[in-house]
Amino acid sequence: MFFLEHIWLIPLLPAFGAAMMFFVGRKLQKRTVSAVCVGVIVIAFVFSCLTVLQYNAYADAHNHAPFEKIIYTWLGSGTGNLTYLTQHGTPAEFKAEAGFLLDPLNAIWLLFVTGVGMLIHIYSIGYMAHEGGYYRFFGYLNLFMFSMLTLILANNYAMLFVGWEGVGLCSYLLIGFYFHRKSASDAANKAFIVNRIGDAGFLLGLFTIAWYFGSIRFTSVTALARSGQFSVGDPIITAATLLFFVGACGKSAQIPLYIWLPDAMEGPTPVSALIHAATMVTAGVYMVARSNALFVLAPTSMKTVAIIGAVTAVFAASIGLVQNDIKRVLAYSTVSQLGYMFLALGVGAFAAGVFHVFTHAFFKALLFLGAGSVIHAMSGEQDMQNMGDLHRRIPITHGTMFAATLAISGIFPFAGFVSKDAILWEAWSKDTSAYHLLWIIGWFTAFMTAFYMFRLMYLTFHGKPRMSHDVEHHIHESPKSMTMPLVVLAFFSIFAGFLGWPHSLKGSDRFSEYLSPVFAPASQALEEGGRPGKVAAGIREEEHTSNAEYLLMFLSLGVAFGGWGLAWRAYRHADKGYREPIAVAAPPFYKVLYNKYFVDEGYDYLFTGRRKLGPVRLGVMGLGEASAAFDTKIIDGTVNGAGWMTRFVGTLSRLWDTWVIDGILVNGPAILARLVSYPVRLVQWGLVQWYALVMIVGLLGFVVYYVAK
Amino acid sequence: MVPITTFHYLVTAAALFVLGIIGVLTRRNVVIILMSIELILNAVNLNLVAFSRLYGLHGQVFAIFVITDAAAEAAVGLGILIAFFRNKETVNVDEVDLLKW
Repeated sequence: MFFLEHIWLIPLLPAFGAAMMFFVGRKLQKRTVSAVCVGVIVIAFVFSCLTVLQYNAYADAHNHAPFEKIIYTWLGSGTGNLTYLTQHGTPAEFKAEAGFLLDPLNAIWLLFVTGVGMLIHIYSIGYMAHEGGYYRFFGYLNLFMFSMLTLILANNYAMLFVGWEGVGLCSYLLIGFYFHRKSASDAANKAFIVNRIGDAGFLLGLFTIAWYFGSIRFTSVTALARSGQFSVGDPIITAATLLFFVGACGKSAQIPLYIWLPDAMEGPTPVSALIHAATMVTAGVYMVARSNALFVLAPTSMKTVAIIGAVTAVFAASIGLVQNDIKRVLAYSTVSQLGYMFLALGVGAFAAGVFHVFTHAFFKALLFLGAGSVIHAMSGEQDMQNMGDLHRRIPITHGTMFAATLAISGIFPFAGFVSKDAILWEAWSKDTSAYHLLWIIGWFTAFMTAFYMFRLMYLTFHGKPRMSHDVEHHIHESPKSMTMPLVVLAFFSIFAGFLGWPHSLKGSDRFSEYLSPVFAPASQALEEGGRPGKVAAGIREEEHTSNAEYLLMFLSLGVAFGGWGLAWRAYRHADKGYREPIAVAAPPFYKVLYNKYFVDEGYDYLFTGRRKLGPVRLGVMGLGEASAAFDTKIIDGTVNGAGWMTRFVGTLSRLWDTWVIDGILVNGPAILARLVSYPVRLVQWGLVQWYALVMIVGLLGFVVYYVAK
Repeated sequence: MVPITTFHYLVTAAALFVLGIIGVLTRRNVVIILMSIELILNAVNLNLVAFSRLYGLHGQVFAIFVITDAAAEAAVGLGILIAFFRNKETVNVDEVDLLKW
């Protein structure tokens, strides 16, 4: 089990690449940088494949247990110094190891993260060939891969958080790659700060779990949660899972913390593909899937997850209908698809959600890389209003992006159809009919998805050319390093669906079966909780595929084709000055959608305080202003008042001193002495004989006195 | 003839004493005042000697002291006079009024 034992090498390989870039990257040639950084990821991918193969063998031998490898104890010492009492009074020790875990859930993530990451690294060689900061870019990309792999392979929440923070940092670094542009650095700040808000929630959830369960290792927590000690609907667990979900909202861009993702398109396109489509944004989904045992015990949290996921899906899709920047459409599409994933997790369809993550990684990365290829061909133009008629000139890009568009729109039999349909079916078939509302939301979102994706295709590749002549002359297909990954990803976008082909269509759904050791107890718990509906996990015993499932499948397909058809009608022959159908039909509605429902402005009014609400400034800057006013007026006023008081007392002292002390007590005796001296000096005549006379008179007085006595 | 008793000596001494006093108080010349002071002292000597005849030799001894004392005092007084004369060119006691207010 060589590869399994050395699983810790997988994150370390890109870490080595990043370290090399950090120390000597500046002096290296571009060739060397490419060789090191991309080579490291290729090795990591091969290593991962072999590791997963070995794990499969291990799992068969060990009753599908997860493989754990602990390197050392990172936090906590085992000496008994950090013990505390958990909620139940049992003593526990806080301990977080640098440990690695591998089970089917992880394995899937590991494979597609390293695989798609490898393809994107190769793509970046071509894309960034003419950019400055080449070594810096690859260094950050490798750092990102290290963090993401740490996140995925962690065996406890703290180690996951290390990776969580690391990917947030790399997101900041990469979004702000062109930091000379203010918009880019602002976007990087926005991403990091909004992520941080989510991180606060995640940490609080982590602490709650540590306090309540006494441990933060996944295996321990899952075992404790499934042991039956805790009742369904336990308030502490509900609180902890909701807090975890706040973290997931930040990282995976759900309402209300999605605002950073569209702005994150300021970064180079490979960054958008890797981080904001395939890998980092799925970290939230991973974390929730990993905590499925906890979520199953908190139905309120699951409902929240499902509702927020559905609302986010439809909300973001509606904004994506009218955006003109090609990358922004894809960004809102990512937010919307992430909403689907959370919808799946929220209704208990964990395997379906993970399957959608898997397929989405391929077609979304392909879409972003294809957009990058288009932008490359168009000499940096990103506005679809200035594109058109490219399908003959960049055929490989067009063909692969078309495949991805079919996949994301949910057209049979491509990958997106299978995963999206699984989610929608699970949403429909939960017991309460309230969940039908979620299905309707998801179904309508699928319609919008198809519409805006085909709108993107037609505006970019078809119609009349709307670009300037200089740009038109430079249009060229991208180099092989860029088109090869596109082709590979297109292959997966088309065929990956077969891995999870549903039973209703005579498939074996190997994907869900592979995940059954992870999710089966969850599905059982949900079923035993009085939910007789079909819950997607691995265990599908004999089921009768109801006719409802086929009907819903047809409805999904219908709505996908409907969206395609409407987009075809509106945009196929778009010429200069084409009109948006929504703008024609309902201009105020178009304005609202185009301005993203004014959410950023609203946040500026309420939370950041960059815009004043009348005379008052709310939010963080308002707090700053209030504190400054408090400091200036009250604190400084007090200090000034104390100073004034001191001076006043000084004046009083001065007056006392001048008038009373000096006047009365010092000058008084002097004046008295002078006054008395005037008469007294008259005694001094200065005549000697007068003095003699006085002496003799005195003498006579004595004599008379003694004689008379 | 009346016999000369001690009483006659005392009267003589008293007369001399008064004359000396008047001289001190009345005369303008500082030298004369000093002479008057000598007169006073001598009068006192006479008194002492007169009484010593009656009461023992103590009076004479004290007279010797007084004589010595008078001599010293005269020396000092004349020294002051000379110093004053060098300053102010006069021996008129009315003009010794520097300490007048």
